[in-house]
Amino acid sequence: MSDNGRDSSVHERREWPLWEIFIRGMHGLNHRHVGSLHAADAEMAMKNARDVYTRRNEGVSIWVVKSRHIAASSPSDKGPFYEPSRSKAYRHPTFFDIPEEAGAM
Amino acid sequence: MYAQMVESTASDDDPEKLAAFQARIDAGEKIEPKDWMPEGYRKTLIRQIGQHAHSEIVGQLPEGNWITRAPTLERKAILLAKVQDEAGHGLYLYCAAETLGVSRDEMTEMLLEGRMKYSSIFNYPTVTWADIGAIGWLVDGAAIMNQVPLQRTSYGPYSRAMIRICKEESFHMRQGFDIMMKMANGSREQKRMAQDALNRFWYPSLMMFGPSDGDSVHSSQSMAWKIKISSNDELRQKFVDQTVPQADYLDLKIPDPELKWNQDKGGYDFSEPDWSEFHAVLKGNGPCNSDRMKARIRAWEDGRWVRDGLMAHAQKKAAGKVAAE
Amino acid sequence: MTAGGDEFEFLCRMGDNALVLGQRLSEWCGSAPALEEDIALANTALDLLGQAKMWLDLAAEVEDAGRTSDDLAMKRDVMDFRNLLLVERPNGDFGHTMTRQFLFDSWHVEMLKELADSKDARIAEISAKSAKEARYHVERSAETVIGLGDGTPESHSRMQTALNELWSYVGEMFHDDEVDMSMARSKLAPLPSNLRSGFDRRFRKVVEAATLIPPTGAYAHLGGKNGIRHTEHLGHILTQMQWLQRAYPESEW
Repeated sequence: MSDNGRDSSVHERREWPLWEIFIRGMHGLNHRHVGSLHAADAEMAMKNARDVYTRRNEGVSIWVVKSRHIAASSPSDKGPFYEPSRSKAYRHPTFFDIPEEAGAM
Repeated sequence: MYAQMVESTASDDDPEKLAAFQARIDAGEKIEPKDWMPEGYRKTLIRQIGQHAHSEIVGQLPEGNWITRAPTLERKAILLAKVQDEAGHGLYLYCAAETLGVSRDEMTEMLLEGRMKYSSIFNYPTVTWADIGAIGWLVDGAAIMNQVPLQRTSYGPYSRAMIRICKEESFHMRQGFDIMMKMANGSREQKRMAQDALNRFWYPSLMMFGPSDGDSVHSSQSMAWKIKISSNDELRQKFVDQTVPQADYLDLKIPDPELKWNQDKGGYDFSEPDWSEFHAVLKGNGPCNSDRMKARIRAWEDGRWVRDGLMAHAQKKAAGKVAAE
Repeated sequence: MTAGGDEFEFLCRMGDNALVLGQRLSEWCGSAPALEEDIALANTALDLLGQAKMWLDLAAEVEDAGRTSDDLAMKRDVMDFRNLLLVERPNGDFGHTMTRQFLFDSWHVEMLKELADSKDARIAEISAKSAKEARYHVERSAETVIGLGDGTPESHSRMQTALNELWSYVGEMFHDDEVDMSMARSKLAPLPSNLRSGFDRRFRKVVEAATLIPPTGAYAHLGGKNGIRHTEHLGHILTQMQWLQRAYPESEW
């Protein structure tokens, strides 16, 4: 019990779960992660996202995903995950020298 | 600023890991939630981001005090939108802190139990409409000074929250100055209110930056970690230099007889605020501390049945779906 | 009858409903049960204040007496306000506020839908814009009423109490009077009584999902929208809302 008589330990923790919010800013673009919020369920998360993250006309479509359902790569995977692709320069168009006479390609 | 006198926690981590971590920060890399970080970095950030978030939420109260009394339909809408933004900023910041392993409810409980702080400035009352102008002009003006550099802070989620906040804040200071212009150019009574608001908010605004860092170990550790970007004195000087010409423009007088331009340093000399008042406010003896806490505690406790009710409904719905499958 | 006639009266009704309810909702700012709810309530209040401005601008234009929407909002006294009694009821707890909101929204969407076909293009335009906002409002307030009605025993009982207490203020929304009949004759607005079936359909569905018992009393308090007898609460709302304009007249803000 603290000085002002409040005691948080007696309350069972029933916090609304955390959701990650993805918003499509304009037609045709990818959804982009914009932030998170709390909501009791997906429907409420959707409405909260509308109210919190599109106050300035920012979106045309919303995805909500419970934060704990997101599987994320771990930083220690950094090397094995991303570095091998660095050596595959041939995947990028600038790898190839095409003579100008051949035209646009 | 919104985070004043944040203590940093020393780390007793593996020196090699610490050095590698510091190297990443020095190289300008962002630290992300799943990255290894020193325990001290994590704890200091929770304190700082939490304090900042709490300041936004408590900061709703002094301005919220005038929403129902705003003088025109447009002023009412602008003020409501602004105070709503502050709730949003609190929300973004709590979410950033949550990536460090502390929940919003936990942080809220810590605030309400007095174990976490919020900015001293919100313990001052808003007694006339001109105070709403002064808060936008001075308090938001001071806050922006601190928040703009924090967009470059080393912790990714914090930096992203600050970027969003700065983008949204850009109208806040302007609306304050706009009110001050109307008041300063208005009737004699309005002008008197404007001057009175400046008199009352000037020194508390200077206090927002916190006392001189001197050789505080907390500051130097936080600066090395790039969770504090500029020194308190640096920001305070910048604020004064920015604000004095604006007060001149309004034809209002800054309540400091010592204020004068110093050619050598290229800035104004000014009087320090009364730091004993600052410490008294932080200890809980500001004019509004107990009212502010009471208001937050009441909102939290009155809202419990709502939060629980909606959660219970969501759980029933989810159970119903599972049963139907 | 005031200058501007029935249309002015009607526009004040629409504007005052939005204004007084917007004012009530803005009282919540900074003290809602969760940050997300605080932000959502402010959005609804902002929508309503925006609507109030549009309706009162038009009312001032129709009246053509040199008044502005701010004059109408800040300088009329209680007996000149034309809002429903429902919207001036105090906020009570969050459940009470959301029940009041749901009842109003359920009427509002029906009203605005019809008004979008008004013969007066200005009314139709304001209504079309407002209807989009109101559809979201009712979706949100209905979901909250359902969630809290069905939630815990405590939330259920609070919601039932709110519904019972507010029920006698529902009837006024569907009560036709002289102004309504004149507006309907000129094809400017629907008869309120014709909106009841749409309201009832939504109401039954939501109340059932909320596991609440629909009140059955037929008694309706009247006197708000014709301004004959407001509740005591409106005077206090105006005391706050109009204070600066009254205390410092002739000032620019």
